[in-house]
Amino acid sequence: MDIEQIKTQKPKIKDKFGSKIAEVIEASSAEFTAQCYKLDQAPPLGSLVKTRDKVSEIYGVVYNVVTHSIEPGRRVVARGENLEAEEEIFKANPQLSRLLITDFAVLIVGHVDGKSWHHHLPPKSASIHSFVYTCQLEEVRAFTQSLDFLSLLVNAKIPVSVDEVTGACLRYASQAHHDPQAFLVKAGKEMARMLSSDIQRLNSLLKRLK
Amino acid sequence: MHNQSSEEQTRLGLVVSGSLARGVEVRLDASVSVEDMVVGRYVAIGGAKHRFFGIITDVSLETIDPNVAITPPDISDPYIAQVITGTTTYGKLRVLPMLTIGGDAASILEGPQPAKTVPAHFSEVNLASQRDVEIVFGAEDEKRFYVGTPLDMETKICLDIPEFVKRSNGVFGKSGTGKTFLTRLLLVGMLQKNAAVSLVFDMHSEYGWEGKTEKGYKVKGLKQLFPSKVAIFTLDEESSKRRKVSTDVVLRIGYDEIEPEDVELLRQTLNLTEASTQTVYQLAREFGDRKWLETVLNLNEDDGKQLIARLNIHDSTYRNLRRGLENLRRFSFLVPRTRENSVQRILEYLDRGINVILEFGRFDDFTAYILVANLLSRRIHAKYRENAEREMGGEVAPPRPLVITIEEAHRFLNTEISSRTIFGRIAREMRKYNVTLLIIDQRPSGIDGEVMSQLGTKITCLLDDERDIDSVLTGTAARSELKSVLSKLETKQQALIFGHAVPMPVVIKTREYGTAVSYKELGFLEAAELKKKTEKDMEDLWA
Repeated sequence: MDIEQIKTQKPKIKDKFGSKIAEVIEASSAEFTAQCYKLDQAPPLGSLVKTRDKVSEIYGVVYNVVTHSIEPGRRVVARGENLEAEEEIFKANPQLSRLLITDFAVLIVGHVDGKSWHHHLPPKSASIHSFVYTCQLEEVRAFTQSLDFLSLLVNAKIPVSVDEVTGACLRYASQAHHDPQAFLVKAGKEMARMLSSDIQRLNSLLKRLK
Repeated sequence: MHNQSSEEQTRLGLVVSGSLARGVEVRLDASVSVEDMVVGRYVAIGGAKHRFFGIITDVSLETIDPNVAITPPDISDPYIAQVITGTTTYGKLRVLPMLTIGGDAASILEGPQPAKTVPAHFSEVNLASQRDVEIVFGAEDEKRFYVGTPLDMETKICLDIPEFVKRSNGVFGKSGTGKTFLTRLLLVGMLQKNAAVSLVFDMHSEYGWEGKTEKGYKVKGLKQLFPSKVAIFTLDEESSKRRKVSTDVVLRIGYDEIEPEDVELLRQTLNLTEASTQTVYQLAREFGDRKWLETVLNLNEDDGKQLIARLNIHDSTYRNLRRGLENLRRFSFLVPRTRENSVQRILEYLDRGINVILEFGRFDDFTAYILVANLLSRRIHAKYRENAEREMGGEVAPPRPLVITIEEAHRFLNTEISSRTIFGRIAREMRKYNVTLLIIDQRPSGIDGEVMSQLGTKITCLLDDERDIDSVLTGTAARSELKSVLSKLETKQQALIFGHAVPMPVVIKTREYGTAVSYKELGFLEAAELKKKTEKDMEDLWA
């Protein structure tokens, strides 16, 4: 996927079936970080991903995507001054795609234990090196039938603006529903209940849901 | 606003707080528009053990946070408007629980009982269905008369007429709010259900033969609808003839029928002084109860002077009295002697179960009205009292209940004279002697509070004077709640009924009266149909 595509990409599920895209490289009870197998191929901000171990499947929302040099000491330098297009940089320097990596951070918002959905944190954090998959449309729809996971999201302490992530997540999830607008209204009402004491925040959040 | 079908349940919201005295608060669901809620509407609340019926007494707008009111969200965006409706901002109803029905079989048989508690937290609140209203008010039958429909529903609200006539009742409302139409309906109800016989003092001649709507078209009076059950008496034969009314009896009242008490009531209208009214008693003692008026009116100046000297009456008092009494001469229905006793004539009709409507024709001023209504009622009441006493002695069957309808009731029943008029006594004694009143008035605050508190059922159209509203609601539970309902009635065809004959207060849209269909529903047969029916009756009789 080229940079232009990533820039214009809207938070929308394009793949019908979940596919393996990354691997957990850091895990805690509330979140995990996964490394993408391919450079710049992180799932969109706010999208739902899952990882599984023997007992359960853990679901999370992508809240931060970082692309950086594989070696902490080596900074990326600009290389395209004399080139026509961005792609040519990679063509001219094929080693780049090996020297750079894309990580994304995921906030855990629920898990499936056997057959039932739970919209709270799993008892065990994600296993290191477990695979991370995108979710299928049906899974997203099933997971977001209940909006209880929103409280985990809205109250999270993360370096990125929580409201941005929440907005992105709901816009993304709405695409999986038959009536996206109805879903957004339902979610908006849930937010209104949760943020009843902070009207300003509610207002700005609702504006992000349009 | 939509009408609901019979079985549909429209959920409004949940009970969130409240008390029995003030009513419960209901948080409206987001799907229900606060603008569809109107005070006076019925709701059913499904409590855990009982089902409650209540009436909406207030509607309010609430926000979850005071800041919303200070910095309103951007509602120009339809999405935001949709989201915050019912969450950040919501509607609230105040519902006064009036009745309960228990869940078990015994309580269902008992019927609705006055609410003595409130529904539990978060009980579901629905608009009352047609069935709910029927359970509470009962369907139309041989006792219940259909008077109107609740707001936004097509169910019939029925009045238990035998219960209704057991007490004195009142119809109130500002001028032009439909008191006359309502009264006409009530009279038809009493007539149809055979619960009582009516004597109507028809000041403006609008109940008997024909009335007029404000728009100017004519509506049939009782006589046209039920010719065999109604008799029109008139005080003014010429007026009746001009209006082409077929009257049954032309009423004449003899001077000998006027007693000092009658003159005392006319004190205000005849502009008599206190001393002059006392003099009347003196004169009656001198000349006898039956002759005093004729004698006094026939006195020439010299005889008059002699009389006042003899009885030690002050000259100005005599002049004042004389001037007042001279006023009575302009009433052509007052004659020195009558061939027949007017009271007796009315009683004959009433005994046969025929309703009597007394038209005043051109004598539609208060002097004539107060004089005649009071004079006749007093004597008729006395007869009924006699009969009731005889009945206690086991001599006769109980007389048919009599309902006397009077207009401009505050003239008879104001604090000053209510204790002296017969109407004050009838209102207070209630049903002991089988005579009750139907009071029609536009200024209920003018009526003695004691009388108002004795009224069984009050039916009131729009009132907007604070004092009038207070006086109508005297002695009613949930006064302040009903007050908000009452002052928000529409000016036409809407009335609030509360009291003895209805299980709970109800706002009705008054039943249609005045169209051909409405006449038919009330039992009126057109000439052709009447003929057919008579023929059939005859066939049945000889078959």
